[in-house]
Amino acid sequence: MTPILQIRDLQVSYYTDLGRATALNRVNLDLNAGEKLGLVGESGSGKSTMALAMMRMIKAPGRIESGSVTVGGVDLISLNDEEMRLARLSRIAYIPQGAMNSLNPVMRIGAQMVDAIKAHVPDMSQADMTEQCMKALESVDLKRNVFQMYAHELSGGMKQRVCIAIGILLKPQVIIADEPTSALDVVTQRQVMETIDRVQKEMGTAVILIGHDMGLMAQFVDKVAVMYAGRLTEVSTVRDMFSKPMHPYAQALIKSLPNLSNKGVFQGIAGLAPSLLRIPNGCAFHPRCPQAMDVCKTTIPDVKEYEGNRLVACHLYTEGA
Amino acid sequence: MRLRLILRRVAFLVMVVWAASTITFFVPRLSNRNPIRERFAELSRTGGFAAADLEVIVASYNKKFGLDKPLLQQYTDYIGSIARFDLGVSLSRFPMTVTQIIYNSLPWTISLLFVSAILSFVIGNLLGAVAAWPRSPGWLRAFATPFIMFTGVPPVLLAIFLLFFLAFKLKLFPLGQAYSTGIAPDWSFKFMLDIMWHQVLPAISMILGSVGGWVLSMRGMGVTIQGEDYVNFAEHKGLDGRTIFRNYYLRNALLPQVTGFALALGSLITSGAVVEGLYALPGLGSKLGEAIRANDFMVIYGIVLFITMSVATLMVLVEFLYPFLDPRIKQE
Repeated sequence: MTPILQIRDLQVSYYTDLGRATALNRVNLDLNAGEKLGLVGESGSGKSTMALAMMRMIKAPGRIESGSVTVGGVDLISLNDEEMRLARLSRIAYIPQGAMNSLNPVMRIGAQMVDAIKAHVPDMSQADMTEQCMKALESVDLKRNVFQMYAHELSGGMKQRVCIAIGILLKPQVIIADEPTSALDVVTQRQVMETIDRVQKEMGTAVILIGHDMGLMAQFVDKVAVMYAGRLTEVSTVRDMFSKPMHPYAQALIKSLPNLSNKGVFQGIAGLAPSLLRIPNGCAFHPRCPQAMDVCKTTIPDVKEYEGNRLVACHLYTEGA
Repeated sequence: MRLRLILRRVAFLVMVVWAASTITFFVPRLSNRNPIRERFAELSRTGGFAAADLEVIVASYNKKFGLDKPLLQQYTDYIGSIARFDLGVSLSRFPMTVTQIIYNSLPWTISLLFVSAILSFVIGNLLGAVAAWPRSPGWLRAFATPFIMFTGVPPVLLAIFLLFFLAFKLKLFPLGQAYSTGIAPDWSFKFMLDIMWHQVLPAISMILGSVGGWVLSMRGMGVTIQGEDYVNFAEHKGLDGRTIFRNYYLRNALLPQVTGFALALGSLITSGAVVEGLYALPGLGSKLGEAIRANDFMVIYGIVLFITMSVATLMVLVEFLYPFLDPRIKQE
């Protein structure tokens, strides 16, 4: 089965006054239809940049330098602007981070949904469009009358649901949810995540869930990808990632999570994430890595496959083999 | 609930009118000039009748207009007549009533002010919106700069400048007046065209003077709005640039500008009065100027009151209109 989403060698830089910052460095990623991937990493590790690059929404001074993002056999990077506009929402949809302000305050929810359909299928009849919007609202557990309402009449969770409803409006093959629950309380968080989960199962869409919340990830995704300084360090199934992470950064990340057996003992990761303007030579993690070797300081480790389905970029495992 | 709000606004309107009419009542009375004496003195100078009778005539007219009564009683009489919508008669152009004077000059003022207010609002806000929109072409954005430059120049100076160069030196436009001499006013197309021709320069000086303000405030608003999450999300939805600009960006950025429009009307009327005077347009502004020179306080009262009432009414109208533009604002 060919993956529905194939990212190859994706590279994004921001041209700042201080120099070129490489926010995304030769990233490769595959995702099958119906799969849920959690993308985790510290702030500034390139998670959101990756989402924006997939939507081709990187704004100046940022630039996609090279690579391809193939969704359902179509390379988005090679499309022209108008084709890319049509691909947004219909092939690949984005559910925004700040759902609180993501809805236009002066337009009815319905009008904002109809706008989205009209931009892609302009010759659909008004009645059909309305019906399609109503269905999308119902599928995220909202009442039909939300169609007539304004954003300020909805709660935070409802606004986030509306954003999800807009995201699934045209049944895209890939949905990117950028911290969809970060501004919500835990109960609402769970409800929203269950909604995404259910909708995703119904449509067989591939979902990329971006976030910091490892607990939330553990409950909802199939695979976890860990990013560090613009590179993917490890991609494993949830079970593998939490039980025996391979990359030292992933290990440190998992170790830093509080759990019931060692209450009160938090283990942080020493040092700070590197500035994207001055990424260390070799493996970007080597200054903080407890198991760093000489080769780590000079050579960037390649991503290799282990145990059939785990992708890890670390010299620890290639040196021994 | 709705009714109570309307009543409150109307009460507010009445208060504004009362305050404005009280202030305007006393200010012209601070001077000792008597408009009737001045009018007859002028007549006697030009040689109408013997100056000996002057004081007798003035006294009798003072009695007729009630000017011999104590000031406080005059004030209560005046407020009473306003309440009956009676603005009285002109003292210097008797027996013209003040209402008649306003009625005759109103069309000129309305056409000049409305056209220039609306045009400068539309041009200024569009330019400002385009200037703040990151995806608009550079040459279009550059348009905003010269207009911003003009904000510092009062419309009066612009009017003098335009009058001198375009009308006097280059003779491209008429030197003022409402219409060409020698044409009888009627409803023909030719006459309408002639009127518009005479309105071009006054309108341009009004517009140039106020466009820059709109450009500046709209550009400031636009910079904030274009970074809002909903504008971003609109692009993620795959909307085309024009829909995003119109429905998501412009509509939100315009909200505070609408309030600004009502506020700007007041200052527009003031500068309009001076521009009207310069171009000798027989509008409210010119009439007010004439009345001030003749100390014809009945006309001053009438015109000032009329302007106050129009601006206050427009502001109340805007307030009632606002919930339709911004659903977040509800009237109780």
